[in-house]
Amino acid sequence: MRTLSADVVVIGGGATGAGVVRDVAMRGYKAVLVDRVDLGQGTTGRYHGLLHSGGRYVVSDPHSASECAQENAILTRIQADAVEETGGYFVATEVDDPAWGDDFARGAAATKVPAEEISVSELLTLEPRLNRKISRAFRVLDGSVDGWQLVWGAANSAKHYGAQILTYHRVTKINRDGDRVAAVICRDDKTGEDVTINCNFVINCAAAWGGQIAAMAGCHDVQVVPGAGIMIAMNHRLTNSVINRLTYPADGDILVPVHTVCVIGTTDQKADDPDKLVISREEVQQMMDCGELLVPGFRDARAIHAWAGARPLVKDSRVGSEDTRHMSRGMSIIDHDSRDGLKGLLTIAGGKLTTYRLMAEHVVDQMCEQLGDVRPCTTANEAVPGSESGKTYQVTHRLHAREEDRLDDQILCECELMSRRQWVNASTPSHRPASTTCAANCDSAWALVRAVFARCGPPGSRWRRSTSTSSGRPA
Amino acid sequence: MTPHDSNNAHDNNNYAADQVARASLDHCVKCNICETHCPVSAVTPLFSGPKFVGPQAERYRHGESVDHSLDYCSSCGTCTLVCPQGVQIAELNSQARAVMKADHMPLRDQLISRTTLMGMAMTPMAPVANAALGFKPLRMVIEKVVGIHRDAPMPTARTQTLTGWLKKRKAPTKAPTRGSLVYFHGCAGGYFEVETSKRSIEVLEHLGYEVIVPKQSCCGLAQQSNGLFDQATAQILKLCDELRAGGKDLTIISASGSCTGMLKHEAHEIMGVDDSRLADVSTRIRDIMEFLLDLHDAGELPTNFKTIDITVPYHAPCQLKAQGMGQPAMEVLKLIPGVKAIESGVTCCGIAGTYGLKKEKYEIAQAVGQPLFDMVKATNPDLALCDTETCRWQIAKSSGVRTEHPIYLVHQAYGLS
Ligand SMILES: Cc1cc2nc3c(=O)[nH]c(=O)nc-3n(C[C@H](O)[C@H](O)[C@H](O)COP(=O)(O)OP(=O)(O)OC[C@H]3O[C@@H](n4cnc5c(N)ncnc54)[C@H](O)[C@@H]3O)c2cc1C
Ligand code: SF4
Ligand code: SF4
Repeated sequence: MRTLSADVVVIGGGATGAGVVRDVAMRGYKAVLVDRVDLGQGTTGRYHGLLHSGGRYVVSDPHSASECAQENAILTRIQADAVEETGGYFVATEVDDPAWGDDFARGAAATKVPAEEISVSELLTLEPRLNRKISRAFRVLDGSVDGWQLVWGAANSAKHYGAQILTYHRVTKINRDGDRVAAVICRDDKTGEDVTINCNFVINCAAAWGGQIAAMAGCHDVQVVPGAGIMIAMNHRLTNSVINRLTYPADGDILVPVHTVCVIGTTDQKADDPDKLVISREEVQQMMDCGELLVPGFRDARAIHAWAGARPLVKDSRVGSEDTRHMSRGMSIIDHDSRDGLKGLLTIAGGKLTTYRLMAEHVVDQMCEQLGDVRPCTTANEAVPGSESGKTYQVTHRLHAREEDRLDDQILCECELMSRRQWVNASTPSHRPASTTCAANCDSAWALVRAVFARCGPPGSRWRRSTSTSSGRPA
Repeated sequence: MTPHDSNNAHDNNNYAADQVARASLDHCVKCNICETHCPVSAVTPLFSGPKFVGPQAERYRHGESVDHSLDYCSSCGTCTLVCPQGVQIAELNSQARAVMKADHMPLRDQLISRTTLMGMAMTPMAPVANAALGFKPLRMVIEKVVGIHRDAPMPTARTQTLTGWLKKRKAPTKAPTRGSLVYFHGCAGGYFEVETSKRSIEVLEHLGYEVIVPKQSCCGLAQQSNGLFDQATAQILKLCDELRAGGKDLTIISASGSCTGMLKHEAHEIMGVDDSRLADVSTRIRDIMEFLLDLHDAGELPTNFKTIDITVPYHAPCQLKAQGMGQPAMEVLKLIPGVKAIESGVTCCGIAGTYGLKKEKYEIAQAVGQPLFDMVKATNPDLALCDTETCRWQIAKSSGVRTEHPIYLVHQAYGLS
């Protein structure tokens, strides 16, 4: 049994939790983040990868649209290494009403989401594989964002401000002292040890698992319904920019280029358990059809991976719906003081990855208010470690790196162009890159990633021998 | 007008890059067969090999070109030929090279891509040009200034062009019995390899064809392989117009193996030229040896050949193999009594068009061709056969063995020389 102490414990190491712990630490609190597994293994590692321009919501949810536009600009600045400025388009295919484009243009102007109409021929020159029956197109500032890079960037920044990040620490209980939160009890799943973290405040960022956490503090019946969405990655980028359907938000209406792949998604199906999401045959077919509508020949391209993530849908009658001051649209903050009479616990869920920083700002503002502290948020003003140069990510980066070291290093993972040196370094935690994503378009790469990241084998032993290498290349 | 009917080179480039070759990268199963056949990666670690440069690297390319070493690919096309999955590896490489060179094309690559220009400039002063190109100090200056290796093979300029010969020669005495053919001589066949064109025309006339030689310009192959797609596209469409002017629906014959490949498939598959004029020409054009073998298969080729007692090495060039028609020259040579043609079994002679001329590629090209040069010398020190011009120049220069087009022996066997 270990005992730690902190001002604030943040539960859940997804985008929201990482944003919250960074914000709390930057405001000078002693903070600890715990996650039951590694960072970004919840919805944050299983989402679509779109850095919203706001375009998607200009008609359906103007407030969110403006928030996305602002946060998009902020993240591109402070987390440049996680963001690729791909640009994006909203396109009317033959099944979409081109007149909706007028609503879109009006909405974009009203919400200050940058958007300009371009000619279809210009669009097809830029993205020649798109459906040639497209009748209208708008250019927007969509980008793609690497969820792991983003989370680790925020976490490293938090560490820099003194926060502790404890992965594989599963919360099992929240102790109270009368009407106050007193401690968070975790099980260190790597050692089997129980860890008690004494604290004044807990921010529950466990998203789809948030109801389970609240219940551990005795706040029952916080209903968070997982809304599952599936996505499918294709072996290479069929387009180099984000392609959205010019229509009211619907299923399968976005194609996002993420690193070397492109991802079509997504759906929305209520699930019972966020740990048991089903990828149904029908949904896969539905996504492939959606892809075909945007890029003819999509079905003939190679699909390499399908996954599902869960949106936390907060259905709680006791959420103070009149209190929108501290809320982003689509995001809920549950104040367990007013709901359950427990001081020192806030639950936050919902929103979008794009607006994670703003959500954190809102919930930490609320915490400060409850603690009676005046400490303004500064998270938008400073780049996270690794993004200081302000240079955004480029898909060519690894090819460039291999061009440089091709004569004195060996390529182990061919799909991801990972050199031996990178893998050896990656398996040492201190050198581990914030994100080494594997699209897993070959089995050995997938095995490699699992081996290193789950650290199920000592570095340099098992996986080194079992991995095939590129023939004819110098070792 | 649908976008694909357009002659606009940009649209066409996109078509090729995106619809044809790029889509095929998904089929790569990383079997490494291409890697084991690539003649360049076999001799130098500087080149990362077809699988890496093709289907792998392509996933990382978007606009910006960062992998300059892809230029070590000689565009020989062997990888595409051997890939069991139909990945258009060489095409991907050529397209990526075009993007890379869009901004910084060396003057040298521009110059050596203009075969016609060189031919036109050199013909009137052939003896001077030949002597000059054989003059070491001048070649060293050229290497330094222009980047063409001092020892690289250079074509021999002729005093008479094919057009000059056609004008001056006596009209054929035999009236045609088999109808008409259009003859495509290519730049080399018009200026440097005039003898090959003459013999081809004489053989065809001997068989009873009327041979029409319309005015014609360059197919743009050298520009294509140097990444100059826009110019090459304009060239090939001009050539298509000229060849079509020779006669509607006529079969077009050529003894220029690589230019034929450009017309048959490369312009479409690499540059994405999707034009009805090219489609028309590409389905009518035949390599001369392919044509003779077709005639033979139809029982229409006279085989009253003279006996020629010779053992001769034959090398099928990469660009000929890439046409997917086997090795018709070997089959035709078998019909000549006494001729024992030995297939080289070597992938590539190294020159790959203009690749082996460049000073930074010269050593690689020589290493690629070395087994071939050895084989040729050992088989017959006096004569070798090969279907394309630049390969013949390379073999002759590096092995010291005179190298001719296979039509040379056919011409002789029909008693025409
Ligand atoms: C299908 C889909 C597509 C999406 N696409 C986009 C998009 O393109 N762009 C965009 O901006 N947004 C998108 N979103 C929304 C975005 O993914 C989420 O808003 C965001 O990832 C939520 O992050 P989070 O930190 O709140 O949740 P999570 O990432 O789920 O984090 C919750 C964390 O809590 C941890 N946890 C659970 N139980 C415990 C416990 N007992 N102890 C300790 N830790 C625990 C989990 O391990 C997990 O890491 C998408 C969502 C879905 C479902
Ligand atoms: S031969 Fe074809 S399938 Fe095999 S590695 Fe090369 S490109 Fe891939
Ligand atoms: S075209 Fe020839 S040199 Fe280039 S990668 Fe293919 S086999 Fe190698």
